[in-house]
Amino acid sequence: MTGLRFPGTGPLNEGPAFPDMKSPGPIDPGAPLERLPGHSSRGRLERVLRAGEFAVTAELSPPDSANPMDVFERAAIFDGWVDAINATDGSGANCHMSSLGVCALLTRVGYAPVMQISARDRNRIAIQGDVLSAAAMGVTNILCLTGDGVECGDHPEARPVFDLDCMTSLAMLSTMRDEGTFASGRRLDHPPELFLGAAANPFAPPFDYRPLRLQRKIEAGAQFVQTQYCFDIARLERYMDRVRDLGLHERCFILVGVGPLASARAARWIRTHVPGVHIPDAVVDRLSRAADAREEGKRLCVELIQRIRDIEGISGIHLMAYRQEESVAWIIAESDVLKGRTPHAVRPVIPDYMRRKAWAKA
Amino acid sequence: MRSMRDWSVRHARGLSRLYVVFEHLMVAVAPLARLIGHERLERPVAAVERRIKETLFDCRMCGACVLSSTGMSCPRNCPKNLLNGPCGGVRADGSCEILPGMTCVWVKAVEGDRNMGGGTIGLLPAGDHRLIRRSSWLRILRQRSKESAR
Repeated sequence: MTGLRFPGTGPLNEGPAFPDMKSPGPIDPGAPLERLPGHSSRGRLERVLRAGEFAVTAELSPPDSANPMDVFERAAIFDGWVDAINATDGSGANCHMSSLGVCALLTRVGYAPVMQISARDRNRIAIQGDVLSAAAMGVTNILCLTGDGVECGDHPEARPVFDLDCMTSLAMLSTMRDEGTFASGRRLDHPPELFLGAAANPFAPPFDYRPLRLQRKIEAGAQFVQTQYCFDIARLERYMDRVRDLGLHERCFILVGVGPLASARAARWIRTHVPGVHIPDAVVDRLSRAADAREEGKRLCVELIQRIRDIEGISGIHLMAYRQEESVAWIIAESDVLKGRTPHAVRPVIPDYMRRKAWAKA
Repeated sequence: MRSMRDWSVRHARGLSRLYVVFEHLMVAVAPLARLIGHERLERPVAAVERRIKETLFDCRMCGACVLSSTGMSCPRNCPKNLLNGPCGGVRADGSCEILPGMTCVWVKAVEGDRNMGGGTIGLLPAGDHRLIRRSSWLRILRQRSKESAR
């Protein structure tokens, strides 16, 4: 099993997660994997998690651009380091390339994206249509969010939709997958094969209710959750105690959100301006005392990952390194979170017409 | 009217008991309502319902009242229209991420649920846009009389 390689790619993940990859055959990077028994998707992320590996996902912030190279360049930073790439959907209610578009680009060169769907911008008709489109283009992981309010973003005058919320979106997509029908009951010719996710925030009040909220999300259909930024291990431990009491860690894969802080000033700004992010004073103090705050922020992130890894019931981490994406590889390597495992590397072959030159202004 | 809204959450248990009695009364007058005609009753009943529920809960007349499973805190006051629990944006002091002056309606709902004895918050289905501004009471009355007819 050693030295297993695709022609022209790095070493593959070894072990039981990818049994069918022993003889890959002709390479089509966008081709879906074989669906394994007990799996609901043909995706790589579900395989890694169900194989009991500690998964690593990262967040890609979609560009303010119509140039596909801007997406590929942002994804290339994570190549070979992460098991899946989240494409945010108008995060912070700011306008960017859509999650569906980013995911469609990513799947065609072989990446495993997580498509985020915010209920803020689309009603149930649009969401169901987008999910079918995404699944048809090879997207296997979908994360349902309610979304930040339009008041937070750059178009506060926009009309918020919120026809559904994260919970009812999850229930609707489970129905599409499991019953093979739209929310209306109309039959689908070919239901989407999905691995469904949700967000969780153990760090916002009402704290006692948060584990119960996770339970509701699981009942609605969440198979994995990615949490908000964790800077408070004690709070996470209390949350996980309750989660284990309820047995939720056995019904859902929990990936804890982490990320490097650039400076004490950035930390203060984030905790006052970004809804739902809790950064304890001790963290801000540590950054303000450090000679090189940026370095200290990365170091702190590595330490957090190592402590999170040791908490029972946690299945992985979700790296959100906004504007510090280049530090993701270093953080993953330094924390040894993969324990020698190498996630599937894509080494994308970009179609000629998408290359930057073709897009440069004449 | 936020003070009244808070009062209703504090008295969630009493209000939910009162509502059970009220629902029995509704079922009792159901034949009469059918005689008059539900559509003819729609406007006056909705007007009365709105007065009462606006005062007590800051009701938004969604037409599909779920107060009994949200601790008597109306979830339609959530700027994100969340029907199933608090979002991740609740501030450290329990206030709303979008309306900082308002306590999160779901923080209140959890409090109301506790006052009602706990376990009342379930998984609610997606809302029906067509019911907005219609009477929730009449809808329940119609449902109940249909059930008893069966």
